[in-house]
Amino acid sequence: MFIVGELINGMYSNIALALKKHDKKIVQECALEQVAAGADALDICCGPASADPLVDMPWLIEVTQEVTDKTLCLDSSRPKVIEAGLKVAKNKTIINSTTADTEKLEILIPLAKQYKSKLIGITISSKGIPQNKDQRLELAAAILTQANAEGLPVSELYLDPIVMPVNVAQNQIREILETIAEFKMLAQPSPKTIIGLSNISQGAKERSLINRTFLTMAVASGLDSAILDPTDKALMDTLITAELILNKNIYCDSYLEAYRKNK
Amino acid sequence: METPLALEKWPGIISTVTIGAKKEEGGSRSGIVNIGGQHTMPLLFKEGDIPNQPRIAFEIWDIAPLDFDEELIGAYGKAIMDPFSWADICVNEYKAQLLCLKMQGAHPDFGDKNAKDAAKFISTLLGRVKVPLIITGSGDDAKDNLIMPACSEAAKGERCLIGCAVQDNYKTLTASALADGHSIIAESPIDINIAKQLNILISDMGLNLERIVINPTIGALGYGLEYAYSIMERARLAALSGDKTLASPFICFVGQEAWRAKESKISPEQGIIWETLTATSLIQSGADILVMRHPKAAQKVNNYIETLFKSR
Repeated sequence: MFIVGELINGMYSNIALALKKHDKKIVQECALEQVAAGADALDICCGPASADPLVDMPWLIEVTQEVTDKTLCLDSSRPKVIEAGLKVAKNKTIINSTTADTEKLEILIPLAKQYKSKLIGITISSKGIPQNKDQRLELAAAILTQANAEGLPVSELYLDPIVMPVNVAQNQIREILETIAEFKMLAQPSPKTIIGLSNISQGAKERSLINRTFLTMAVASGLDSAILDPTDKALMDTLITAELILNKNIYCDSYLEAYRKNK
Repeated sequence: METPLALEKWPGIISTVTIGAKKEEGGSRSGIVNIGGQHTMPLLFKEGDIPNQPRIAFEIWDIAPLDFDEELIGAYGKAIMDPFSWADICVNEYKAQLLCLKMQGAHPDFGDKNAKDAAKFISTLLGRVKVPLIITGSGDDAKDNLIMPACSEAAKGERCLIGCAVQDNYKTLTASALADGHSIIAESPIDINIAKQLNILISDMGLNLERIVINPTIGALGYGLEYAYSIMERARLAALSGDKTLASPFICFVGQEAWRAKESKISPEQGIIWETLTATSLIQSGADILVMRHPKAAQKVNNYIETLFKSR
């Protein structure tokens, strides 16, 4: 599982404070803590706290890559903010994200190509959030078709079915899991799949438990990557165990330690 | 139209383990032996780098091999009754580049040699032959915990491979390897889960994973060879996929298993064939060191390796 740490996000108070004071130490500690906990990549998001994301995004990227060479996942709904980040990124990058809207794809696919970045395509459009599996697959097909037409290889693309909170759209969760499995059949080679895990428990009380239970189900459905909190040890232990049960790693009594040794 | 080769690109690599240290490295060996370092499955030269050939280690004991098959004793002649002459013949006559010494004489049923005498034997042997050395205990855990630290210390700086650590008895040997600069053989009973666990336990004591050689325990042809083969193959696939805890070279004790088979006792030729075929099969599943007994079998396997590696 390719793990993207979610904690460098202006919606968290420590990062909001770091942005306000331009205190790079807070960001760098947050980056290193996530890497030590097993993150393969780090999501970078200015969030609502940012007065000027066009300045803050490049700053967050610069201070993060001072301490790690892990992949950076540039998280913004504004292509200009993404581009400002790509311009200063030395590490590998993932654009997070494009919707299935043509006008968005027309900007972000060329950017991904220009900066040799991977791209997350989220199955949502200006018409709103899809309500079932078929609508999600239709939007995914639109993203794949346009990427193919513009010469972005499938290997550079992640598809995100957009996870809904269980307390908002309980009737959709099973379909979201099925969507993950069916994304893999949309192209050859298969597109990679990703989810923003914490959405599943938004507004709920037992967040960590809901997160790790859903992640297990998603992994069993073929999920390749997740944006999550790697410092949640119970979550990480559950993920390692789920992958073990799916025969992705060889069992030994110390399999949790073995997984972490291999990071 | 020519069918293109389907080549895999592996993220993992097998550790390179060096056995032996020359004078400038603090030892007294005339040469060193490197094993491991593969970036692909066995013999797939077009797919990835295979920097080192499998190596044959001649098995010798610290006492006369009284329970050896007559054919084996005959192959070495009377000299085999003296361990030092036995070692000389392996090196001088059969051009052994690696010796695997079993301290059988320390076993309570085979002379019960004490730690001091065991250490003295090692010192004398190191003075007599100059090829790199593998040193294994007698197989009696309690006794080996007494003699192996002394043997290890007597060979300090010679970068030997010492063994065999097992899941229930690895701490003493690991501490010795750490203290005296040796690498270690980690033995598991044809069990990939225990092989992985033991590597983790040893590395937790501070000995790098890069200084471990796995003894997967093998069966001879007709006695579970294919079981060992599949365990080795599975471990190698996991290692090449990125599992560092299984990315160790393999040592296979071919001679002792092959000559135990009743089929190898039917005729001298058949025993040699049995040992040869067991070894060549294991080379195809990734064996890095083959510990062998009969010089003719060793010669045949050596020719086999040379032929295979010509196409590299």
